[in-house]
Amino acid sequence: MSIIEFKDVSHQDILHHVSGTFREGRITTFVGPSGAGKTTCLKHINGLLSPDTGTILFKGEDIAEMDILELRKKIGMAFQSAPMIQGTVYDNLNLPKAIFDETLDRDRAAELLHHVDLSEALLDHPVKSLSGGERSRVAIARTFVNKPDVLLLDEITASLDYRTVKEIERLIRKLQQSYGVTVIWITHDLDQARRVSDDMWFLKDGELLAYGDASFIDESDDPVVQRFVRGED
Amino acid sequence: MSYIELATALVFVVIPLALTLVLRLGLERDIVIATVRSITQLLIIGYILTFVFESDSPIFMLLMILLMIGAATQNIIKKGDGIPGITWMIVLTLVTIETLTMGLMLGLGIIPFEPEKVIPISGMVIGNSMVLSLLFLNKFKDEVERSDDVIELILSLGGTPKVAIDRSLKNAIRTSMIPTVEAQKTMGLVQLPGMMSGLIIGGADPMEAVLYQLLILFLILTTASISATLVGYLAYPRLFNEKMQYIGLTYRKGE
Ligand SMILES: Nc1ncnc2c1ncn2[C@@H]1O[C@H](COP(=O)(O)OP(=O)(O)OP(=O)(O)O)[C@@H](O)[C@H]1O
Ligand SMILES: [Mg+2]
Repeated sequence: MSIIEFKDVSHQDILHHVSGTFREGRITTFVGPSGAGKTTCLKHINGLLSPDTGTILFKGEDIAEMDILELRKKIGMAFQSAPMIQGTVYDNLNLPKAIFDETLDRDRAAELLHHVDLSEALLDHPVKSLSGGERSRVAIARTFVNKPDVLLLDEITASLDYRTVKEIERLIRKLQQSYGVTVIWITHDLDQARRVSDDMWFLKDGELLAYGDASFIDESDDPVVQRFVRGED
Repeated sequence: MSYIELATALVFVVIPLALTLVLRLGLERDIVIATVRSITQLLIIGYILTFVFESDSPIFMLLMILLMIGAATQNIIKKGDGIPGITWMIVLTLVTIETLTMGLMLGLGIIPFEPEKVIPISGMVIGNSMVLSLLFLNKFKDEVERSDDVIELILSLGGTPKVAIDRSLKNAIRTSMIPTVEAQKTMGLVQLPGMMSGLIIGGADPMEAVLYQLLILFLILTTASISATLVGYLAYPRLFNEKMQYIGLTYRKGE
């Protein structure tokens, strides 16, 4: 069953008539050359951007008609730069609560850190002192504070070493399986996409050239897809 | 001092002129323009002030204040880019500050309702508010550009624009007030503040000069804090659209 559906979505001269669906509880990766419009497309899903024409449905409802702040709470997003506010790891895990004048239990914060394989001893560490891998994990843990239905991940492993990349992939799989969240994941790395995807969206020059079961990427007859797979784009 | 003495004082313009010619600094044109402009502008102001003081009419006083706000606005139009509608926001800020401070000073009987007091003090309030507004804007733009990822992060968590911008806004207000507060701590130790010096040279009693200088210092604290806060809260909504999306600073094409 599809949880999100793009219907003929265009945005400035970046996205052109994008139509496609995301299956609930699955991992869909966005692949495509740099500048293809992947990030732009992702930001449409939680209303950080809006289509100029076309509609986006969330569980069958047009998101333009929904309470956008409520929708965003249900959709966790991890940005490529893993932005952090000044302060400790706890301050950052608490941020999704703090913005509504609530506080996150320290126990729950510790539990979230365990989920991403970090020690709760890190809670009081300043975020400045974290390694790149720890920072990514904290960013992922933070997206779970609001118990999202959907997780949007933008290049979360781009600057990490291979071992950490594999651990984070395993982690996302684990989180997806235990909570049934729908994951939409942008990655530059086609091998990563092959490893983690149920489904794939292939974007190029703002157009969705192919989508569906991830196997299409290696089985497609489309010369554009083939060129991308061979690394010629 | 007379006009003859002023003419003699031009020797202090001749010295830098000679220096720039000898060292080929290329500043002679600017020095001449600056001298001519300052002489004409200040003499005109002098005549206008004499006229306003002698006429003793509140209408001229008000016109004078409007003129100062207009001149301050001219200055701002050149520098307030990046946020649509910023010019009128600063004008509104200048008018508010002037009304508030004058209202308090006259209402509480701190100064008498005389053009000799109201006009120069207004000039200092408006000038300071203009400088602080521009300083705040620079800090605010820096903050916003530095933390635009955190702003989008907070929006993505379901926070409102107000919450998303909160840290940047308060940091910018704080850092733009710091120079004002710091300057007051060393006031009088190294150099005498300009207005106080002026009063003393003009023959006023030093204690009287000190009291007025203190009034100005206190006023400038209010001016600084209110200018930064008001401009900040007026300006930040322009960084977002009605769909609670972050649009950021918008620069005119070609910049
Ligand atoms: N705010 C913006 N205003 C105008 N153009 C933009 C804006 N943001 C992105 N673009 C342009 O839109 C195109 C797509 O950008 P986008 O970031 O979505 O690509 P991407 O597929 O995520 O690329 P990458 O893999 O490099 O992250 C690019 O050409 C980019 O320059
Ligand atoms: Mg991108």
